[in-house]
Amino acid sequence: MQLLRNGAVVSDGWIDVSADGEVPTAGDVVLSASRLLADWPGLSERTGRLGVRLANTDRPEMFQALLPRLSLIVLPFPAFNDGRAYSIARKLREMGYAGELRATGNVLPDQMQFMLQVGFNSFEIGDRFPIEMWSRASRQMSLAYQRGLFRRDAESEIWTERHTDAEAWLEQPHAG
Amino acid sequence: MYRYDEFDNQFVRERTRQFRDQADRRLRGDLTEDEFRPLRLMNGLYLQLHAYMLRVAIPYGTLSSRQMRRLALIAERWDKGYGHFTTRQNIQFNWIKLEDTADILDALADVEMHAIQTSGNCIRNVTTDHWAGAAADEIADPRPVGELLRQWSSLHPEFSYLPRKFKIAVTGAPNDRAAVKVHDIGLRLHRNEAGETGWEVIVGGGLGRTPMVGVTVRGFLPQHELIGYLEAIMRVYNLYGRRDNKYKARIKILVHEIGHDKFREEVEAEYASRPHPSTEVEERELKRIAAYFAPPAFESLPRWSPAFEEAKLSHPAFARWAKNNLGPHRVDGYAIVNISLKPEGGIPGDATAEQMRIMADLAERYSFDELRVSHAQNIVLPHVRKGDLFAIWQALEDTGLAAANYGLAGDIIACPGLDYCALATARSIPIAQSIARRFANSAKQDEIGRIKINISGCINACGHHHVGHIGILGLDKKGEEFYQITLGGSSAESASIGTILGPGFAGHEVADAIETILDTYLKHREPGEEFLGTYRRLGAKPFKEALYATA
Repeated sequence: MQLLRNGAVVSDGWIDVSADGEVPTAGDVVLSASRLLADWPGLSERTGRLGVRLANTDRPEMFQALLPRLSLIVLPFPAFNDGRAYSIARKLREMGYAGELRATGNVLPDQMQFMLQVGFNSFEIGDRFPIEMWSRASRQMSLAYQRGLFRRDAESEIWTERHTDAEAWLEQPHAG
Repeated sequence: MYRYDEFDNQFVRERTRQFRDQADRRLRGDLTEDEFRPLRLMNGLYLQLHAYMLRVAIPYGTLSSRQMRRLALIAERWDKGYGHFTTRQNIQFNWIKLEDTADILDALADVEMHAIQTSGNCIRNVTTDHWAGAAADEIADPRPVGELLRQWSSLHPEFSYLPRKFKIAVTGAPNDRAAVKVHDIGLRLHRNEAGETGWEVIVGGGLGRTPMVGVTVRGFLPQHELIGYLEAIMRVYNLYGRRDNKYKARIKILVHEIGHDKFREEVEAEYASRPHPSTEVEERELKRIAAYFAPPAFESLPRWSPAFEEAKLSHPAFARWAKNNLGPHRVDGYAIVNISLKPEGGIPGDATAEQMRIMADLAERYSFDELRVSHAQNIVLPHVRKGDLFAIWQALEDTGLAAANYGLAGDIIACPGLDYCALATARSIPIAQSIARRFANSAKQDEIGRIKINISGCINACGHHHVGHIGILGLDKKGEEFYQITLGGSSAESASIGTILGPGFAGHEVADAIETILDTYLKHREPGEEFLGTYRRLGAKPFKEALYATA
């Protein structure tokens, strides 16, 4: 599976540990939510980075205390029109999560800009579409009305631009 | 009226360019129909029984004459010369080619219009009172909030793939003409004892297969908290609304299944957990928008117009139209003109390109360049001097637009039904026509008075039959169309869902049945009592007896 991160295809160094698999002593590992919660005290002592795969029925509030120790959260799109992960992603960012936020499943070019705007910054993209289409489709709108979105340099929030001396109502640590 | 600034313009242009690219990719075969479907739906393009249908947004139902003329041009150039005004205050064109769609969207963008989110599982066109800004009973014009919500909901990245479609309605008047209690979210303005205004937030109303009246989650929300609070509601719905069954996916089911109190608790917790917003921008933006809706330069006129009174005396047909089709204006010497798109034998809500142009001309000349589309599929000229009414009526007479049945038995709301719609189980339009013909005798229609008759061609209830004083639902029984009748529905401030009266009727029996029901009403009504009042006083019994006694 190809991984698109911050606009470039990169190799994925994360080790995916299955439900009952052995957690290696070194290296960056990503686990299911239940495994993460069950093994938490031991896992937090590891030197490698930690990531979690959430289901889109998991409540983000459950992970509040763990967020500072997490470097990757993977959110699923079982179907492109199942939009729960948009809300979970935005909520995790609002809760202060600053690590990698990865979209997996039925991820398509024409939904990618919305995903970027709610805080996703990496995407499992498969090989159905050429890379140019992903980057083009993700930049088709340079304006958004909503405030507090994750924007790239060429994008503007209309309400903020219109009232230029007003402050955006949300910090944007990952807007790059 | 609201005018786009550079940002609004650029936004709509970029969106159109994006759709042109998507349609090209589909036409070249780079996108499958499954991949293209959600993209076209988000731009108002449906595949119907015979062709593509394009639904164009008319935000809060307000149009300028320039915009109305552009709709006429689209009807002529890319459709068959007419358009259909819908119960969401939109217009749809039923014979569109995919190859033409991007050009049509460009033609719309030229006059500050679009088709964004007129379909798909997203926030749809925000609707409001079609008398907004003109009504005598209004606390404040709800359209600035309508425009604020239009902008906020346009391509909202978090809420574009909801469990199901989402409809918001806003009213600024105590007499609810916007049906706010049967919307996913209804907003109703109140004024408290200190003279401040605030919004009642009503959630979980809706029609369709499971009709429900909404519940109030906040009684008095300050205006500047509106966007933040709506985001909390939307997030709770997006996360917890059902996605396993599309017939149980609307927010009303969530509210019902987890219970009002639990739902309210979830929303309040979500609202409290969000980073505290600086609401300064929303307030400034609302103020900026509101300036566009400042009242037009009304003249100071006497309440009594001799010219109007004389014309009524000398032209009985005009007098009848004036009695039925005018609404009370807030300013002395002015009236609200309701143009009925329900001529006898016509298709409810249809208008030809020529009729659209005539209405545009009348608006330009007599109504400060403004038109409204009502959710009852009629057109409104909101601000007309009483002295001009006779000239307007004459022009309407000449184009078949002077039906004097506004709010009466002939003013029927009907979905397109089996004549156009792939989902329909029965025809709606011929039923509407047969009822309108039955009551074409104007004396009988006037005697019956205010009545709302609604017809849906399937249980998805696009004709809103559940909230018709008389509702008619078309179903299929072993290949035969038959029609179920409900009584006692209402979408007004005392909203209620109609009750099924008894066994259904064949298509040719419906007009007889409606006449029997209305005759029963005439027999039992007390002086001044409208149909709904009589039904609520007496219940279904006398109507059942009259209808099924001889069967």
